Amino acid sequence: MDVKTWTYIIVGLSFALYIGIAIWSRAGSTKEFYVAGGGVSPLANGMATAADWMSAASFISMAGLISFMGYDGAVYLMGWTGGYVLLALLLAPYLRKFGKYTVPDFIGDRYYSNTARTVAVICALIVSFTYVAGQMRGVGVVFSRFLEVSIEMGVVIGMIIVLFYAVLGGMKGITYTQVAQYCVLIFAYMVPAIFISIALTGNAIPQLGFGGVLNDGSGMYLLDKLDGLNQDLGFAAYTDGTKSMVDVFAITFALMVGTAGLPHVIVRFFTVPKVKDARVSAGYALLFIAILYTTAPAVAAFARTNMINTVSNKEYTQMPEWFKKWETTKLIKFEDKNGDGKIQYVKDKDANELTVDNDIMVLANPEIANLPNWVIALVAAGGLAAALSTAAGLLLVISTSVSRDLIKMQWNPNVSEKNELLYARLAAAVAVIVAGYFGINPPGFVAAVVALAFGLAAASFFPAIIMGIFSKRMNMQGAVAGMIVGISLMIFYMLKFKFGIFDGGKDAVDALKDGWWFGISPEGFGTVAMLANFAVALVVSYMTPPPPQSVQEIVENIRIPRGSGEAHAH
Amino acid sequence: MSNHNLQNYWKKNLQYLVILLAVWFLSSYGAGILFTDALNSIKIGGFKLGFWFAQQGSIYVFIIIIFIYVALMNKLDKEFDVDEK
Repeated sequence: MDVKTWTYIIVGLSFALYIGIAIWSRAGSTKEFYVAGGGVSPLANGMATAADWMSAASFISMAGLISFMGYDGAVYLMGWTGGYVLLALLLAPYLRKFGKYTVPDFIGDRYYSNTARTVAVICALIVSFTYVAGQMRGVGVVFSRFLEVSIEMGVVIGMIIVLFYAVLGGMKGITYTQVAQYCVLIFAYMVPAIFISIALTGNAIPQLGFGGVLNDGSGMYLLDKLDGLNQDLGFAAYTDGTKSMVDVFAITFALMVGTAGLPHVIVRFFTVPKVKDARVSAGYALLFIAILYTTAPAVAAFARTNMINTVSNKEYTQMPEWFKKWETTKLIKFEDKNGDGKIQYVKDKDANELTVDNDIMVLANPEIANLPNWVIALVAAGGLAAALSTAAGLLLVISTSVSRDLIKMQWNPNVSEKNELLYARLAAAVAVIVAGYFGINPPGFVAAVVALAFGLAAASFFPAIIMGIFSKRMNMQGAVAGMIVGISLMIFYMLKFKFGIFDGGKDAVDALKDGWWFGISPEGFGTVAMLANFAVALVVSYMTPPPPQSVQEIVENIRIPRGSGEAHAH
Repeated sequence: MSNHNLQNYWKKNLQYLVILLAVWFLSSYGAGILFTDALNSIKIGGFKLGFWFAQQGSIYVFIIIIFIYVALMNKLDKEFDVDEK
């Protein structure tokens, strides 16, 4: 059977499964809609969190990105896993004990103020919307490549599927669908990785093959060979990287802290029955994520070795079929600058003749390694699972922010349970349509902003939540001032150094690099903005009166697990 | 539970946090970033050690840290009688 038939079968089966689960687990109450009734087992929650967390970017783009960055790719690997340590140790158990439904819930109650709640809602909406638009785009790309429909059509199909189970099932439907999606995506990621690891190094475990000896009879270690290949072509050695140490440090930190501050990640820990479940479920989540995240750098190194060996200094006419196929999508471009008919792939911009898009590394990997057609179809289903699961989780945060944090808590506290549920479903439906619109007409800045969403979360939520738990003295004035300063500083730096708004637009951005504060890139600036948030909050809180006694008692109370009950309504 | 007991429970928790977060910092920012160049002179199999910590080792350490914390806290909760029934 050809790839297309296989893709229809495997993708069709996986979708039937997701929809079946959505019907079986549809939500009947707001509590089920918001936090799945607070009854999800820690293992299932860990799996759902992993699927929620790993987006199209993790599944499709990350290995490709690492393969071009070498050592520097570690910022993503450490940054997107280390945050779970912070979650498990500093946030999850206390927020679970607090026992409400959303992050703005916590901020609003702990800082006894609707101003704080509103600031938190706005931050949550900004972060979630930018993120979800990128996911819908990812769905469109995968559909269009493998089902041979237009990207627009792909986005619309994706919208209908997500609409169906997010609107119907709420958190309950999403959680159980995500468990299934995790299984699909991890299987789809591991199968080609294992095949390729065996082909290159003879070791079936990619994490070990990564440090193994090549199969080609040379007796060389894969990484030594790759260092040599890179250097011959003028690139930095694969295991060295090019970013400055301070920037690597700052980016890693911003991603870690941002992970721990993302509302759609935090809300998952409200769905388990007990405080101790919240702790262990963060551990399971990281374990499930780590399976992919420790495989990705191996895939990156294999793919780069394969690619250089296949293309470097080879006749263009001798290129394999996959090369031609991806050329038609414009994700591979070849321009024979010196007219010798061979492909020169080198660091020097004027002599380089080949540009390869990061995104094709994972998608094209099975073709490059000559794997059977069903594996290629499986990768398509995996990419879709990754994009859909993340989109659904984000849409839930958006709909909850509107129905609960705005309508129920601020505009109309007397709304009935039935109507609140209706509003939540309506908000989810509107959010899907808006996200779909951005997926079809992506503003040029989406990709850039997705990376910066972490900086925004780090600069706003993280300090406010941490101090809300670990300092009884922190008051409303301090927290609000800190959040506003943090997020404003981050937005300013982003506009100045990422978009060049004050210096004549995007073209000016490269020249501005020398002006980076402390040599830190916009991606890493969340670290600085977060420190500013902490500093401002501490200074302001000591100049203003301490929080009321009742709030200090809340803090005492969330510090011990006993009496958590289920996630409860007021 | 008495106030004094609660304070002890919290202090113990903070002690665990400081130690485990120090390990968290050393395995990632230490071995994976600050001291990578020095560690790279040591090789284990095909991996330079600093590079291995940055792209593999730190992630394994993170998982271990969380499960150690879970075990420590479950024990502590029982000891101070604040666990959930």
